Amino acid sequence: MLEIGLGHYLTVAAILFTLGVFGIFLNRKNVIIIMMSIELMLLAVNVNLVAFSSFLNDLVGQVFTLFILTVAAAEAAIGLAILVVFFRNRGSIAVEDINQMKG
Amino acid sequence: MIIAGLAFYLFAIIAVAAAVMVITARNPVHSVLWLILVFFNAAGLFLLLQAEFLAMTLVVVYVGAVAVLFLFVVMMLDLNTQVLREGLAEYVPLGAVIGLILLVEIATVGGSWLLSPEMEQVRGAVARTDITNTQALGNLIYTDYVYLFQAAGLVLLVAMIGSIMLTHRVRPGVKKQKVAEQLARGRTVEVKKVPTRGGI
Repeated sequence: MLEIGLGHYLTVAAILFTLGVFGIFLNRKNVIIIMMSIELMLLAVNVNLVAFSSFLNDLVGQVFTLFILTVAAAEAAIGLAILVVFFRNRGSIAVEDINQMKG
Repeated sequence: MIIAGLAFYLFAIIAVAAAVMVITARNPVHSVLWLILVFFNAAGLFLLLQAEFLAMTLVVVYVGAVAVLFLFVVMMLDLNTQVLREGLAEYVPLGAVIGLILLVEIATVGGSWLLSPEMEQVRGAVARTDITNTQALGNLIYTDYVYLFQAAGLVLLVAMIGSIMLTHRVRPGVKKQKVAEQLARGRTVEVKKVPTRGGI
């Protein structure tokens, strides 16, 4: 029970990923929480990569995690900037209102 | 060994519980704070996996930058949380069904995979034991992955320029010193009638 193997880490990552997906469906109106759910899913993927990297004794997984961290930070910055501009124009962040991107 | 096992369960349980709170909290500010807790516990899991550098990077990048950015935006926007939570209950069944399907799929995959016997030969970079994790990662990033590393920097630069361009706005009616116009005036002197309390 207290002997922690690869499966334990994969289970935690799977639960975190599922919670992220569930969060997207649960908070259909709130774009900020949807973005937080995406961050949760990226974190779950990172846990997976680091766990495999550690148990297979291969550092490439950690290098990959580093790049995922970079892209996640860039994504959060751009997403929040778009959100701020959208809120300034429309006064709302509800997903149903985001339908003005035609042409 | 026992302490490591107990620490794993502590970090894992707190991370999962905090992740549940992230998606169910009433107030978005509380969601961000729970998200910070998730990141801290994930950093703890990384430490248990002997990925010290990534654990610290997670704390610095996510807690120090991304979560604070979220916090700023959540507090800057004047949100009506009541309206945003309308109809939350009707999405629960659909989300639960899809989440369950996903979990079952992951469990099916997770329960049936095996490590290939040739795994030892296909490893990209075997972790050395005589140097620290940070040093080993640095050796790898600045040699084999240097182009990808530069590309990651480029991604961050584009993200920075993009978000500044998106959020920058020129407000009308703001008085600024225009140095070029002042220098281009030459030696002309003019007298202007200034209305009281008006300015030019």
